[in-house]
Amino acid sequence: MPATVPAVDLAPRVFSRDVADHLVPTGREEEWRFTPLKRLRGLTDGSAVLESTPAIDVVAEGFTVDTVAMDDPRVGASLTPSDIIAARAMSVAPAATVLALAAEGSGRADVTIDGRGAGASHLIIEFGPFSAGTVVVRHRGHATLAQAVEIRVADSASGTVVFWQDWDRDTVHAATHHAQLGRDARLMMGHITLGGDLVRILPQVSYTATGGDAELLGLTFADAGQHLESRVFVDHDTPQCRSSVLYKSALQGDEAHTVWVGDVLVRAEATGIDTYEVNRNLILTDGARADSVPNLELETGEIVGAGHASATGRFDDEQLFYLQARGIPADLARVLVVRGFFTDVLGRLGVPEIADEVMSTVDSRLGIDRVAAGLLEEEAE
Amino acid sequence: MSTLEIHNLHASVETDGGEREILRGVDLTVSSGQTHAVMGPNGSGKSTLAYVIAGHPKYKVTDGTITLDGANVLEMSVDERARAGLFLAMQYPVEIPGVSVSNFLRTSATAVRGEAPKLRLWIKEVKESMAALSMDPSFADRSVNEGFSGGEKKRHEILQLELLKPKIAVLDETDSGLDVDALRIVSEGVNRFQADGTTGTLLITHYTRILRYIHPDFVHVFVDGRIVESGGPELATQLEEHGYERFARAGSGA
Ligand SMILES: Nc1ncnc2c1ncn2[C@@H]1O[C@H](COP(=O)(O)OP(=O)(O)O)[C@@H](O)[C@H]1O
Ligand SMILES: [Mg+2]
Repeated sequence: MPATVPAVDLAPRVFSRDVADHLVPTGREEEWRFTPLKRLRGLTDGSAVLESTPAIDVVAEGFTVDTVAMDDPRVGASLTPSDIIAARAMSVAPAATVLALAAEGSGRADVTIDGRGAGASHLIIEFGPFSAGTVVVRHRGHATLAQAVEIRVADSASGTVVFWQDWDRDTVHAATHHAQLGRDARLMMGHITLGGDLVRILPQVSYTATGGDAELLGLTFADAGQHLESRVFVDHDTPQCRSSVLYKSALQGDEAHTVWVGDVLVRAEATGIDTYEVNRNLILTDGARADSVPNLELETGEIVGAGHASATGRFDDEQLFYLQARGIPADLARVLVVRGFFTDVLGRLGVPEIADEVMSTVDSRLGIDRVAAGLLEEEAE
Repeated sequence: MSTLEIHNLHASVETDGGEREILRGVDLTVSSGQTHAVMGPNGSGKSTLAYVIAGHPKYKVTDGTITLDGANVLEMSVDERARAGLFLAMQYPVEIPGVSVSNFLRTSATAVRGEAPKLRLWIKEVKESMAALSMDPSFADRSVNEGFSGGEKKRHEILQLELLKPKIAVLDETDSGLDVDALRIVSEGVNRFQADGTTGTLLITHYTRILRYIHPDFVHVFVDGRIVESGGPELATQLEEHGYERFARAGSGA
């Protein structure tokens, strides 16, 4: 049975694991209006033949790793798809991978999901009560991927999950990444999206008890022709919880397109919550487009705080002038400014080895050799 | 020995009301070993002169020449000018969020010197220069100019001056917004830079108080987009006593 609740835009949002309960989008729907449906290669209308399951490789310390059947009770325990592609992923994926951190445990897992064609994947990440851990999910290769991920952070656990979209240029990736937070649970969920032709991810957060604290961070770099979309949904349905959302995109080249939608719903019962969402976009060249739609709906005024900010700006000529006036050539000045723009997101993610790799990817996308430019201090000797 | 020569410089800016001429025939020559003070009322075009020397894209040079040791500065890009040995300490330094001072300084020094400075020597050099300007070491980790006080911004400009060692430095109101202690510290930095006689300084200022610490060889009165009178340090004393009144008339009568 599908459950329906009003979406922030007041169109009904359908929650169901059954594909048939979801309408095939036409592109006129609020949720789909920015997405070039044709480039989704049949993931919405079902014409995609999803039989090439991506290879999944896990290097884990502290986490147990299991492969379970799709009728296992852990599958769908916290995620009911609000999106036809996530429903499709759950109906097509042959099995689910479960990473679990035991109560009071600590650990780290590095997951590589290697695309091999058109397929579906379902991933479950569980942080047991009072545990603390980090999971990095790196997507690579070329694929047409429908994906569902459910994250459960149990009472007083503290989890970090970073999804890194390091896809080949031709990949299509559509996913729902849903996180459920227990009492006093903390989650930092990060999305770094650099690769792919079309990436559309729905990071979602809900709470089961008071004291949950979710921080969502996003870093996107779109080059010519890429469509990189993030649709955040934070469902504040529980009192005394917190959410903080910071997404940044840089764009360059013709038809580079990023979309950020930040739906935050504060329901009548969610008193005492605190939420803030920020989206910043930096447009480096003509022809690139960033859409930014913050959506904060308050059904109660008895809260600690709620706010949003969104700004899209062009590369600042005064910054460029200042750096050039110190001898720094224009292309390198651009790299410094873009690196600077992403610094706070990467710093807050707190996974330094990723930060380094991401920064060097950004450098090379901007056409800079870091060593020659004196940017790599360790190697400058 | 270096010389910056400015001849009959005219420059304008695009405004909503059309093109507006701000510099109206500036002649000025600054050589190594010399300190020139350019003094003038607000709005006379001093910053415009500084920006045009540095190559700010907002301003269009409509006539005249600028050369550095004979090379045509006007044909150079902004960064080429800096690498050729020109430096502008800005009146309003720009904030660059997320770019640390240490990273910025090193990138800049690498560009200007043509190779990355040896790391160990560089760290020592930066540390000493910062100490001389009474800057806390933690400064290096902050974002360029972001959240800096007025005094911190100006010290940071002079820190760059000392590290980049240009041939000719243009200092645009480096004294503005500084308390007495900061003014002294910043002035000492400029004097260290100028000490060995191989560099030249063009000091732009509205007030005479910085001239108690930095002693110019030449003083130029700048009114309405050009130099209306030049002389020695005694000219600054006159300005201190009588203000720009007399010159303002000379400027508007021209
Ligand atoms: N970018 C600009 N657009 C419009 N007017 C400008 C611009 N820059 C300077 N001006 C005008 O030119 C005049 C000189 O400005 P400026 O060079 O800043 O003078 P000063 O530094 O001597 O105070 C002022 O009237 C100022 O308003
Ligand atoms: Mg000025």
